[in-house]
Amino acid sequence: MVKPQPKKALLLALVIVAVYAVVQFLLVSRVLGRYYENVIMNVGINILLAISLHVVLGLAGQFSIGHAGFLAVGAYTSAVLTAKLDLPFPVALLAGAVAALLAGLLIGIPTLRLRGDYLAIATLGFAEIVRVTLLNIEYVGGAAGMRVPHLTTWTYLYVSLVVALLAIVHLTHSAHGRATLAIREDEVAAEAMGVPATTYKVLAFAIGSFFAGLAGGLHAHNFYVIQPANFGFLKSFEILVFVVLGGIGSLTGAMISATFLTLVSIALQSYPEVRMIVYSLVLVLVMLFRPQGLLGNRELSSFLPALRLGQGGSR
Amino acid sequence: MDIWLQQLLIGISLGAIYALIALGYTMVYGIIKLINFAHGDVFMIGAFVGYYALTAFHLGFIPSLLVAMLVSALLGVTIERVAYRRLRNAPRLNALTTAIGVSLFIEYTTIYARGAQPAAYPALFPNRRLELFGASIKWDAVVILLTAVFLMVVLQLIVQRTRTGKAMRAVSFDLEAARLMGISVDRTIAITFALGSALGGAAGVIYGLYYTKIDPFMGVLTGLKAFVAAVLGGIGSIPGAMVGGLVIGLVETLVSAVGWSLFRDAAAFLILILILLFRPEGLFGRHAPEKV
Repeated sequence: MVKPQPKKALLLALVIVAVYAVVQFLLVSRVLGRYYENVIMNVGINILLAISLHVVLGLAGQFSIGHAGFLAVGAYTSAVLTAKLDLPFPVALLAGAVAALLAGLLIGIPTLRLRGDYLAIATLGFAEIVRVTLLNIEYVGGAAGMRVPHLTTWTYLYVSLVVALLAIVHLTHSAHGRATLAIREDEVAAEAMGVPATTYKVLAFAIGSFFAGLAGGLHAHNFYVIQPANFGFLKSFEILVFVVLGGIGSLTGAMISATFLTLVSIALQSYPEVRMIVYSLVLVLVMLFRPQGLLGNRELSSFLPALRLGQGGSR
Repeated sequence: MDIWLQQLLIGISLGAIYALIALGYTMVYGIIKLINFAHGDVFMIGAFVGYYALTAFHLGFIPSLLVAMLVSALLGVTIERVAYRRLRNAPRLNALTTAIGVSLFIEYTTIYARGAQPAAYPALFPNRRLELFGASIKWDAVVILLTAVFLMVVLQLIVQRTRTGKAMRAVSFDLEAARLMGISVDRTIAITFALGSALGGAAGVIYGLYYTKIDPFMGVLTGLKAFVAAVLGGIGSIPGAMVGGLVIGLVETLVSAVGWSLFRDAAAFLILILILLFRPEGLFGRHAPEKV
C-alpha cells in the first residue's frame, strides 16, 4: 500500500496542472502550430495505448497481440455516438472505453483460464474478427470508413492520460497490483499462495482494454476519418513494440519508447517501407541483444531519484 | 447435388493448402514451442520464387516447385539460425516478438525489392476442367490436391520411418533427454525448420496456381488461418494439422457457398475461439499437465 504523502501529492498536482497550462498556452498562442499540435496528439494517443498494453503485458505478463481490436471497438463506438447520434464527446469517449472493456471481458473470461500462447492467438483472432465485421457493416461505412468530427483537443487528451497514469500507478502499488505482479513472475507459485490468477488476469485485461478503448475514441476524433484497415495486425504490432522496446514491466519505459517511436515514424512518414524495415530490424536486434528492453522492468525514477514523485513501477 | 460436390472438392483443395502450411507451424511448435510467425512469409517467398521460376526462367511445374521448396527451406533454416537459436532458452515472449519482427522484416524487404503490387500467376492447364459426377473443377485444383497429398505422405514417411524422423520425434518429446541420448539437437531443429519451410514454399506455389494472384502480404492472413488449423488439429500433432487444414478449408468454402463470403475471413477465427473454449488441446492434441 502507498502511504498518504500530502506534500508529494500536492507537488504532483502542481506539476500536472503546470504541464497542462504550459502546453495549452503554447497551443492557444499558436507558438506551436498545427503541425506540432498534431505531433503532440499522436504522441499522446500512442502513450495512452502503450500504457494500456503495459497493464496487460507488463503487469500481468499476458501476451496480447490483438490490442488494435480494442482500439477499434473504442474508436467506432465513440464515433457512432458523436457522428450519428449527436451525443456529447465526453459521453462518447467514456462509452467507447466501456465498450472496449466489455469486449475485453468477453474475450478475456474464456481465454485467460488458459496459459501460455493461447491468449496471444485468441486476441489475434478477436482483432481480426472485429476488423472483418467492421468491413461488412454498411452503417459505419465498410471499407471506405466513416467520417468523424474533429473533437479531440489537448484538454481531453491530457485529462485522459493523467487519469490513466494515476489509475495504473495506484493499481500497481495496491494489493491487487502486487497479486497481478506475482502472476507475471510465476503463475503456478502465485496460485499456490492463494492468488486467484484468472480473476486478476481478467481484471488486468479489462483495465487494459478500457484504456485502449479510450485511446480509440481520442484517435477517431483526431483523424477526421476512420477505416477498418487502420486497426489491423500492424497496429497491434506497433503497440506491442512500444511496450517490448521500453522494457516489459516498465511503465516509463513504455511511455518513452512510445514517444520516441512515434517521432521516428512521423519523421519517416514519406518512406513507409523503409520505416517498417527499420522498425522490425530494431525490434529483432533489441530482442537478440537486449532482451529485457531499454529499461528492463525498472522505472525511470530508479535511475533518476529526483523524479521520484509518487510515480513508480513494478519494483 | 453436383454443386455441393463441386464446393466439396474446392474446399478440399483449399484445405490441402492450409494443411501444408499448418504442418510447418505445428512441427516447429512441437519441437521448440514457438509460434513461428515468419512461416506465413516463408510461404509468400515460396510463392514468389515459384512465380519467377515459372515466368522468368520458364521452368516446368515440378522443377519450379522444387526450386521454391529449396529456397524456402534455406530461408527457414537461416531464420532459425540467425533469429531463434539465441533465444531458445529466453522467455517465450521474446521469441514470439522476434518472430513477429522477422515476419515484418521479410514482408517489407520484399516490398522494398519489388513493390507491393500483386503478380499474376500463370495457369498450368488453362481451360482444362475435370468432370466428375456432374461436378466440374479446374484441372489445376486436381494437381494441387495430388501434390499436397504426395508431399504429406513423403513427410509422414520421413517422420515415421527414418532415423532423422525418429530424432525429430525424440527432440519434440523431450529436448534435454534427446540431447543426453546423443542426438544433435541443433541439427534436428534445423532439419525441422527445413522440412516445414519446404512444405510452406510448396504451398506458396500451389496457392499461386489456385488463386492466380500473389502479393507480399499474402502470407499474413493465410498464415494466420493455417495456424488456426494447426491449433484446431492440436498443435504439435502432424495428422492434426492435416485434418485441421481440411476442416478450415471446408468451412470457409461452405461459408462462401451459402452467401456469407464477406465473413469468410472471420470464420476461421470464430472456430479458433470456439476450440479454445471447448477443447484447447485441439482435436488430436494430448492434454499436458503443467510442470512446476
